[in-house]
Amino acid sequence: MTGLALLIPLALLCGGVALAGFFAALRSGQFDDPDGAAMRILSDEEDR
Amino acid sequence: MATQPLVDDAPAEAALNESQFVVPSLHCAGCIAKIENGLARIDGIASARVNMSAKRVTVRHDPAMEPPALKAAFVALGFDAEPLADPGVDLAAAEGRALLRALAVAGFAAMNIMLLSVSVWSGADGGTRQMFHWLSALIALPAIAYAGQTFFRSAWAAARQGRTNMDVPISIGVLLTTGMSLYETATGGADAWFDGAVMLLFFLLAGRSLDAMMRGRARASVAALLKHGAPGALVLTDSGQTRWTAAAQLQPGMRMLVAAGERLAADGRVVEGASGMDIAFLTGESAAVRVGPGDAVQAGALNVEAPITVLVTAAGPDTVIADIARLMDEAGQGRSRHVRIADRAARYYAPAVHLTAALAFMGWMIAGAGVHQAMLVAIAVLLITCPCALGLAVPAAQVVACGALMRRGILVKDGSALERVAEVDSIVFDKTGTLTLGRPVPEGMDAMARQDRAILLALARASRHPLSIALRQALEAQGVEAVPLDDLREVPGEGLFARHAGVAVSLARPRGLVSLFGLASEYRRGTEAHLLRFSDALRRDAGEILPALRSAGYRILIASGDRPEALGPVARATGATAIGHLRPADKLALVERMKRQGRKVLMVGDGLNDGPALAAGHASMAPACASDASQLAADVVFMGDVLAPVGITLRAARRTIHIVRQNFALAIGYNMLAVPLAVAGKVTPLVAAVAMSLSSLIVVANALRLNGAAR
Repeated sequence: MTGLALLIPLALLCGGVALAGFFAALRSGQFDDPDGAAMRILSDEEDR
Repeated sequence: MATQPLVDDAPAEAALNESQFVVPSLHCAGCIAKIENGLARIDGIASARVNMSAKRVTVRHDPAMEPPALKAAFVALGFDAEPLADPGVDLAAAEGRALLRALAVAGFAAMNIMLLSVSVWSGADGGTRQMFHWLSALIALPAIAYAGQTFFRSAWAAARQGRTNMDVPISIGVLLTTGMSLYETATGGADAWFDGAVMLLFFLLAGRSLDAMMRGRARASVAALLKHGAPGALVLTDSGQTRWTAAAQLQPGMRMLVAAGERLAADGRVVEGASGMDIAFLTGESAAVRVGPGDAVQAGALNVEAPITVLVTAAGPDTVIADIARLMDEAGQGRSRHVRIADRAARYYAPAVHLTAALAFMGWMIAGAGVHQAMLVAIAVLLITCPCALGLAVPAAQVVACGALMRRGILVKDGSALERVAEVDSIVFDKTGTLTLGRPVPEGMDAMARQDRAILLALARASRHPLSIALRQALEAQGVEAVPLDDLREVPGEGLFARHAGVAVSLARPRGLVSLFGLASEYRRGTEAHLLRFSDALRRDAGEILPALRSAGYRILIASGDRPEALGPVARATGATAIGHLRPADKLALVERMKRQGRKVLMVGDGLNDGPALAAGHASMAPACASDASQLAADVVFMGDVLAPVGITLRAARRTIHIVRQNFALAIGYNMLAVPLAVAGKVTPLVAAVAMSLSSLIVVANALRLNGAAR
């Protein structure tokens, strides 16, 4: 029973962190240009 | 961070303007680097950012730089760019992002609640079960309130107008299930259905997000192809100076300076200079029309040869283009009456479901059960029949089919387009630009020497004249490499002149009897002269596709604005009936007449003159080289130089509807099995969860069979 008190909040926290991360990525425009992102990784330039 | 917008350290950031350009020729990582680095090196441009998916470039620049200067910067890098007149707010993208957010929330909630539900199902009871139910409620309530909004809003809008759609049974099911589960939790009951309600939302949102993503992609691709109208013009002021004026501010009486290679921003009359105008957007004809002082010119026309001065006679909503756009708007209104297949199904499904639930409730009451138990059974019926599989049945099939079509270069604007294409029984083709390529193609290029072809390519690259562009495309397709030339110059109205290895070479207007040959150009090297003839060739598979479509049971007609004599060869080659001399309104009348005869017409056309007919047809297709207005009016836009996409789209659309029907049958069959269980009161939350996931998976798996539909 005491284990649950720790594990359930922990599980919720892990899920919550992932959800927050997804929202942050969405807001910063990382889903705006999926094709471009796939190509930029091939570019050798340092600043972009 | 690869995808973070660039942050400038320049202090003058506030003073920068942002302009968007459409660059259709973007296709690789090299293009991105070339544009972003190349533009940033130019004085007055702070930074450039490429969006590959939308084929757009956002440029941050000094306000003093005007669109023509920015466009010139793109051209210097080797890219064609058109300024986006009004970037506006991208509503579809915002809607897609909202759906993704809702999907993430529903996914998060579904996983966590399932975690708690599994322990309840595996035997937790007493205080532990009570606590788990409360925890589930704590996660589910905000998640449902947030993720369910799309459905609740749409259902409410439909209910208020006395109609019903798929969202009505979904909303009622989710809300009643949630309410009942909350009551059970508060009164210490054994079962709570929070997991079912949230999982239902998750599955449905997955379908919706896929749908939105597909539509967003197709729209962005179409928008990137559009050759947007001129955003403005250089206006000559009284003091003899020039000033850049936006299209909306142009007034009749102003004088515009239009350089070669620019589009007109308003209707007008030429007052100075002579040039050729490309009015393919209006007529579909590729040959430039000669204009001189006193001639009328239309907004959107491309000035191909020499600079001219134009006195504005009509601007904005008074232009010829705006008139045709209005005609199209009116013609397109009939199409909004099409009821989507999912909504047609919902018309029967929703009342049936609600009736079953009500009957189950009354049956148990009559049999002597309490209100509480009867209510539980009714809720179980609602949850088990909630159109989870049904909600996925249509979008899943359409998304897979549209994805398969997109890989073949066929862009479908939305799912309802596929449904309408599947229903057509007659096809009306335009001639110029649809059955033919709509652009001049040089004849007999193979007969020329390799070196001559190399020189020709170098010459043709230097000009924007339609014949030069045609030559360049034909030669580049043959893999010819251009040779360097000296002293290259373009004489407006005459041609291109240069020297190669000391010998004078030119690509120019033919001397002598030009009109006998129609479209022609002359290539001269030293003393040799070679006449190059051009013709508007039929798409190479037109002669096979049309008879194939007719034998598949479609009625085929060719409707053209061209002279009947010019239609003869086309009609013979394709074996179809052709009607000539049709004006835009006549084409519209033809389509309307066929509609009155009970026929469902697929209109395939490209010119602005086809616009009203495209909008009036039951469904419509346009090639990617079509005018802007036609691409906007068409349901389906196809790329490439062949007509095969018409047949592919028709077959894929029919297969999609077939799979959708199968999916409906699967979903209904599953309900036939599950509903008796629910009515008998045997459905526990565990059974509901398993049944729901299983039926959704089966429907999605069936839809995936469409992956090879575009063959």
